[in-house]
Amino acid sequence: MKFKSRSNEKVEMQLTSMIDIIFLLLIFFVMTFKIAAQEGDFNIRMPIGGGSGAADNTNLPIKLRLRSNTDGELVDIVVDETRSFGNDFSKLRAFILQQTGGNAPPSPEEGPEVEIDLDYNLRYSHVISAISTVTGQRQGDQIQRLVERIKFAPPRKPQ
Amino acid sequence: MAIRRKFDTKAAEGDMTAMIDMVFQLIIFFMVLINFSQDDQNQSIKLPTSELAKPAEAPLENPIVINLAFNGSVYMGPETATIAGLRPLLELEASVLKSKGKGTKDANIIIRSDANTAGGMVQELIKKCQESGYEKFALRAKEEIGQ
Repeated sequence: MKFKSRSNEKVEMQLTSMIDIIFLLLIFFVMTFKIAAQEGDFNIRMPIGGGSGAADNTNLPIKLRLRSNTDGELVDIVVDETRSFGNDFSKLRAFILQQTGGNAPPSPEEGPEVEIDLDYNLRYSHVISAISTVTGQRQGDQIQRLVERIKFAPPRKPQ
Repeated sequence: MAIRRKFDTKAAEGDMTAMIDMVFQLIIFFMVLINFSQDDQNQSIKLPTSELAKPAEAPLENPIVINLAFNGSVYMGPETATIAGLRPLLELEASVLKSKGKGTKDANIIIRSDANTAGGMVQELIKKCQESGYEKFALRAKEEIGQ
């Protein structure tokens, strides 16, 4: 029996449909792509009873009063109703460093507690700045923790 | 004089290999970077920035994301409400938690509030959640770039 020899012609796959689908996938990923900064959380434990749920209640919380003007801008930071730092967060951080000795609390449920009492109109970005200042500070890539226990005082009535 | 035909009648085909390689690389790049976890985030909300805002090493357990807009509107997934009218949505979440054998104390309320919202509104929101039995909160901020 005589076999027909295979021709040397190159066998080519039909790529058109695959390329179509690949382009569709590419367009989907390009359209859904978003460059977004990373997000992080500040944890707050506030049971309705008022305290922060901590076992150690021997120390009274540091009272942090944030006063605002009618536009919601921060005008004064007052600690324990006696020390006023204006709107300078670096002074507040120096005070917190002095209080904590620059040491991190042994656990999130221990260490000093800060109660934030703010004017109703104060812009939320200032509140986060205050929490950020009290919680810790960045040292290079590391974060030095200072205060883990944060709570809010009851809300004040709108001005 | 007979003119020889210059082109073959067969369709001219370019070499697609290099192009397909590149397109595959692009697809892999976008696939790796795509972040579907942002689906619960309301893009109209501009979060405040903080130098300490870093993504947590472990995700929070039983998260409930509440978006609070500048005008006091509250967005929970597809639902929109006001702070005063939030209780039904919180109770719905509580019943979902109960079906999983969890309670409101196990849930973490993630508050994504606009940077320009009045701080008092955030306090009111926390108070409303407390009244429904929630006690763990996380205030979300955006990482400050350029530190």
